[in-house]
Amino acid sequence: MPILPQTRFGPLALGLLALAAALVAAAALSLAVGANALPPHTVWEALTQYDPANPHHLVVVEKRLPRTLVGVTAGLGLAVAGVVMQGLTRNPLADPGLLSVNSGASLSVVVAISVFGVQGGGRVWFAFAGAALVTVLVYGIASVAGRGGASPVTLVLAGAAVSAALTSIVTAILLTDRAAFDQMRFWQVGGLAARDFAVLWQTLPGIAAGFVIAFGISRGLNGLAMGEEVARGLGQRVGLVRALAALTVVLLCGSATAAAGPISFAGLIVAHVAARLAGPDHRWTIPYAALAGPTLLLACDVLGRVVVRPGELQVGVVVAAVGAPLLVVLVRLRERGRR
Amino acid sequence: MSALSTPVKGQFRRARARQAGVTGVLALLIVVLAVCGLAFGKASVSPAEVLAAVLGRGDAMTEFVILELRMPRMVTALLAGACLGLSGAVLQSLLRNPLASPDIIGVTNSAGAAGVVGLIAFGLSGLRLTGAVLVGTLAATTAVYLLSRRRAGHQLVIVGIGVSALCVSVVSYMLTRTDVRDAQEALVWINGSLGRAGWDTSLTLAVCAAVLVPVALAYGRRLSVLELGDDPAAALGERVGRTRTLLLGLAAALAASAVAVVGPVPFVALVSAPIARRVTGSLALLPSALIGAVILLASDLVAQFAIPGVPLPAGVVTGVVGAPYLLWLLLRPAFRL
Repeated sequence: MPILPQTRFGPLALGLLALAAALVAAAALSLAVGANALPPHTVWEALTQYDPANPHHLVVVEKRLPRTLVGVTAGLGLAVAGVVMQGLTRNPLADPGLLSVNSGASLSVVVAISVFGVQGGGRVWFAFAGAALVTVLVYGIASVAGRGGASPVTLVLAGAAVSAALTSIVTAILLTDRAAFDQMRFWQVGGLAARDFAVLWQTLPGIAAGFVIAFGISRGLNGLAMGEEVARGLGQRVGLVRALAALTVVLLCGSATAAAGPISFAGLIVAHVAARLAGPDHRWTIPYAALAGPTLLLACDVLGRVVVRPGELQVGVVVAAVGAPLLVVLVRLRERGRR
Repeated sequence: MSALSTPVKGQFRRARARQAGVTGVLALLIVVLAVCGLAFGKASVSPAEVLAAVLGRGDAMTEFVILELRMPRMVTALLAGACLGLSGAVLQSLLRNPLASPDIIGVTNSAGAAGVVGLIAFGLSGLRLTGAVLVGTLAATTAVYLLSRRRAGHQLVIVGIGVSALCVSVVSYMLTRTDVRDAQEALVWINGSLGRAGWDTSLTLAVCAAVLVPVALAYGRRLSVLELGDDPAAALGERVGRTRTLLLGLAAALAASAVAVVGPVPFVALVSAPIARRVTGSLALLPSALIGAVILLASDLVAQFAIPGVPLPAGVVTGVVGAPYLLWLLLRPAFRL
């Protein structure tokens, strides 16, 4: 890409390594910390010489390991979706929720609970199907409205409109069905508690495919950032890049929401962190986000297990509580850097 | 104006005429909706009886229903909708972002959090709840303002989103911490409901609106200068920083006084200005305010009768009423924002 400044490969790769180390540390904490505090060597033993008869091993392998892995996949999905979404709409306010992914998933889950009485694992499919259908709908509307393909402004407005309509319907159902509301309020807050391997296997393929496509179109996203005409002039197929970017958001965000509920803030904040650390080149921001997102989600999950013992704070609440000050500091630091 | 050439002058005049026409149509629509709001209910009343009751010549029962129950509700919907529409129009123009609305700078969601905490943790209601929400909202908005160092659009918006996210998580956390019946009542409030509107709260809102709306409309003329960009605006003699701060404060106060009374109604502030811009062809503050009022009045009417036996909060309907219209606008040829 001749127009971007020559990237500093060394420092950026070092940063990536540091983030990977942080992720490993967060994952280790997530395995070790909980209502039942276990010494590190027991955790290590559980992973290397698993003994199903040992209750400590059982806790680590059957409870904390799937929870940690679901945290990693969901965090990766939300974060990379955030970067792609901001690149696609060229709007720093864009959140993965913007394509109505969250509201589509919510509506689908509330219908699953209220109409079909679906419990537990079956909701994952409903969440994913809802997210995917609604994203396709929004993208279709925006493409028709923008004529030459979905432009950032039409996408943003169509997303906001559909999202508002769906949220209204969800609320109307919840107000008329108290039992559904009682289940829904716990799903809606976003959490990783009680996730098992089944959830992981259901959502991993979507996340993996989404990440691969996102990384594949990172050059195209760089082109979009320079404006549509410039990107066309460079010989890029703008419409194709946009459609693939939307597909990525469906796969990543739909799977992540299916796994952990609608965690709305993580994608936005990690996209900003990644842009601050790695600069404007999507070939770097996407891997950065892919490591920073899981780190943030796991760290917040561990924090939520510790702060209100013996209870737990759901990870969605902690992400907002940690992320909001972080975002403010980030914005202020950047401002200072400019002076 | 004398420096302008004749075709530009003509264009200018046509734009003004169009805006005046739109304003007239909207005002008429509001009157019709207001009469419907007064006439329909559990006991429907004919428009003639509505008029008689308003003039003080109806029978006691009708007068009570109309003047004490439906009138404050209608007035609240009208004023809150106008305040929200105006606030959204000012913010979207000021921050140059079609996604900007009072949600973005933390007004709506902090109101939601303040209201839910007030309702669930302290059991407040009526004027006390309104006061608590007003204080909470203004405190949060001031915090957003003070935390964003340069007070320019971009930074303010990002800090606002952070604070909003925090408030949203407070709300969902509070909802999981309480009895499901209380939580459901709080859900009604979060979506913006006119069900609790009485004369005391609607008078509070009327006072706020009487002060804020004229100032916002007067200062709003400078928005078109600011839209040129900071340097051209400064060259035209505008004190950019001061005007922007003032307009931001006005927009926040308008939204705060509306949501303090009706709760954080979604979408009205977001959608009013794009619609107004579409129908008038330019940035139009008064039409935006009127469209806000139309949306909220119509939503409240639909909300009362959509599901028989379940009075929905108006905020549930604003999305359903506003969204298809916005989508239709988007799909029309030659949509310009």
